[in-house]
Amino acid sequence: MTAPTDVNVERTTAGEQEMKSRSETTARELMRELGAVLRMSEAEAAQLGDLPDDPDEDQTMILNMGPQHPSTHGVLRLMLELQGETVLRCKPIIGYLHTGMEKTGEQLTYMQGGTNVTRMDYLSPFNNELAFSMATEQLLGIADDIPERAVWMRMLLSELNRMSSHLLFMATNGMDLGAVSMMIYGWREREEVLRFFQKVTGLRMNHNFIRPGGLAADLPPGWRDDVLRLLDIIPERLEEYDILMTGQPIWRERLQGVGVITPDEAIALGASGPILRSTGVAWDLRRDLPYLRYDEMDFDVIVGSYGDAYDRYAIRLNEIRESMKIVRQILDRMPEGDYRIQDKKVTPPPRARIDESMEALIHHFKIFTEGFKVPEGEVYVGIESPRGEIGCYIASDGSSTPYRMHMRAPSFANIQCLPHMMRGGLVADAVAVISSVDPVLGDVDR
Amino acid sequence: MGLVDDVRADGIGGLSHNAITGKLEDLINWSRSRSSWPASFGLACCAIEMMATGAAHYDISRFGMEVFRASPRQADIMIVAGRVSQKMAPVLRQVYDQMMEPKWVISMGVCASSGGMFNNYALVQGVDQIVPVDVYAPGCPPTPETLIHAIETLHQKIEDGEIMKRRAETGAGANLHVEEIASTSVPVLLGTK
Amino acid sequence: MSEHDPATEMPADESAEADEPTGPEPELLHGCIVAESLGQTVVHPTREQFLDLMKALADDGYAMIVDLCGVDYLDHMSRPLPDGVERERFEVVVNMLDITHRRRIRVRVQVPEAEPTVASLCDLHPGAEAYEREAYDMFGIVFDDHPDLTRILMPEDWIGHPLRKDYDAGRIPVQFKGAHA
Repeated sequence: MTAPTDVNVERTTAGEQEMKSRSETTARELMRELGAVLRMSEAEAAQLGDLPDDPDEDQTMILNMGPQHPSTHGVLRLMLELQGETVLRCKPIIGYLHTGMEKTGEQLTYMQGGTNVTRMDYLSPFNNELAFSMATEQLLGIADDIPERAVWMRMLLSELNRMSSHLLFMATNGMDLGAVSMMIYGWREREEVLRFFQKVTGLRMNHNFIRPGGLAADLPPGWRDDVLRLLDIIPERLEEYDILMTGQPIWRERLQGVGVITPDEAIALGASGPILRSTGVAWDLRRDLPYLRYDEMDFDVIVGSYGDAYDRYAIRLNEIRESMKIVRQILDRMPEGDYRIQDKKVTPPPRARIDESMEALIHHFKIFTEGFKVPEGEVYVGIESPRGEIGCYIASDGSSTPYRMHMRAPSFANIQCLPHMMRGGLVADAVAVISSVDPVLGDVDR
Repeated sequence: MGLVDDVRADGIGGLSHNAITGKLEDLINWSRSRSSWPASFGLACCAIEMMATGAAHYDISRFGMEVFRASPRQADIMIVAGRVSQKMAPVLRQVYDQMMEPKWVISMGVCASSGGMFNNYALVQGVDQIVPVDVYAPGCPPTPETLIHAIETLHQKIEDGEIMKRRAETGAGANLHVEEIASTSVPVLLGTK
Repeated sequence: MSEHDPATEMPADESAEADEPTGPEPELLHGCIVAESLGQTVVHPTREQFLDLMKALADDGYAMIVDLCGVDYLDHMSRPLPDGVERERFEVVVNMLDITHRRRIRVRVQVPEAEPTVASLCDLHPGAEAYEREAYDMFGIVFDDHPDLTRILMPEDWIGHPLRKDYDAGRIPVQFKGAHA
């Protein structure tokens, strides 16, 4: 290939360029700035307060944001290294909500495990329960025998939960950026969804409704009307949000270009969910590794292009619309049948039977006191929660309590993106970034 | 005069009830109960229900509490909403110490009241091990009605005036337990079409 | 159709890449023993083979570390393991995801109690940093060349590793007196 002689172009003599194999690509090449993560222990940071007064003007300042802070979405502590108002490096410090749920999970039976895991990601409790139940069912070997109605009910509740979680994101995102009325609007819609949950499960949050084998109870009569009412109200409210936020110049100024993350970084850090999709990687477990009946549903996967906070906001807003689409399809196709598997060893008998049959009484007793025994093995199940991939890894030793129950929390990995997103931005952008990542600290700390 | 000495010693709350100051004391307690600002101390799931209580449907603004002050210096009530882990306990105490008298604590939810379902190494089994608690609201999470019941119980006690005296004497909280109120599931259509 | 197990969508010839089926010899993937667990592929490298295996898997396309956790098998040393895998007290379990080919794989490394160290994956996958800190915090498994191996969930000066089986759950005995009406 000969270059034109009158063009001043440097051409390389190194020959054809090849892409380096992934195994030789180190973190320094994947991440834009590896030094964005502040590596200072808390003890060292505490000693910084003992520095002599009268600091140099150019000295950077290490400022603590949180753990008690109105904008950190829970008890997240961020150590920010600031130069003036610009964030140079950042270290997220977690553990302020560590509840020992994995240790408690080893003491509770599989029937009780749902109460434990549901409180991890408390904004999408059905997803936690679903991951745990699916993992247990895989170990039991009954994953293929769950009745159709139970599967479709699980899908319905999962999607409604996605809607309520994203509505809460809208609310808190708006409030963090100053659109305080958004907080009230978002909660207004969320109340409607929570009322439906209360009608079905008895609780507004932390339901413990999806259990190994199916669900705890059937849908109440009249549920179709309630869901249709929800589907009537919410679309026009989303239009209101579009008017209030999406097109507004201030909103765009605050979110566009803020908190950018590249696809390589997102995959390398293990980010999933809206963060990964905002970078352009079209990965949604519901479509790509489908579980329940998502492969029969017709919905779009919303993907962004710039990897910034505005993309994440737009993705979540449109995911509410996609979830409504799925809910409409579920409404049309919900089958009749059992809401839980009729395997006597796993599901308790109906309460009326306990008065009639001794065997039913014994089964009920054994299931609720000792718990059902799960065969030895280990399994990992990952599903798509509103925040990303939530997974449950259970190692069982044949007894009625899990030997090791570990939940792969989406927010735990997503928080690792924070330093890379905040680098070079202002402190006010830091608030926007945290809000766009939408972490739930119960998930992070477990 | 005895009155001036009382105020010098204990502030306005040190007024002892007599014919001259009785009405003033009532006025002060009434205004304290109607405008007590919560310090935002939402930790976990209960924080979501606390925010729901502050939202439009349950609206604690009618009780004067919609402004969740981020700075504890400006807050009166600390609603400990959620589970308090070992790492968070010193932070909780520090925020409590930074609040100005008079201050009250509502322990919202079973995790804050007693450790809840997480009886293990990681949680402080009850926030009353760290701060004196005035009202315990049960539930996991407490429904917004329960939280409003707890807040109103506290407001009633503030208005009565007794709750201020116990802090001076024993330093302990009022230790009031409220009952859980189940939420109604009647759907409410909010907003205009 | 039933609830689809995501891992069964792998292409059938996945583990035949480095297959050496000579009689009783186990199947190998990049030189490490591979097995199936409930339809999911699980590779069992030794500690020495671990980092090379992870690099080889990264070349295969497994670009994302979904999960890295530790397990303490003190009370269940008799767990089922394929032949040729030397069982130790601790295990480090890594779940990986291949976005291009839509498949998952699991890697289980045995870590002895006497010397609980294993190579860190942070240089290859920066996202493993927080997971390795958690495994260190909860189990005491040390990761070589980790940029910042400090406690992440417990306070920094905590003594003990909570998720080990010989660490008590810390239940306080509760006596339920007459509850308020």
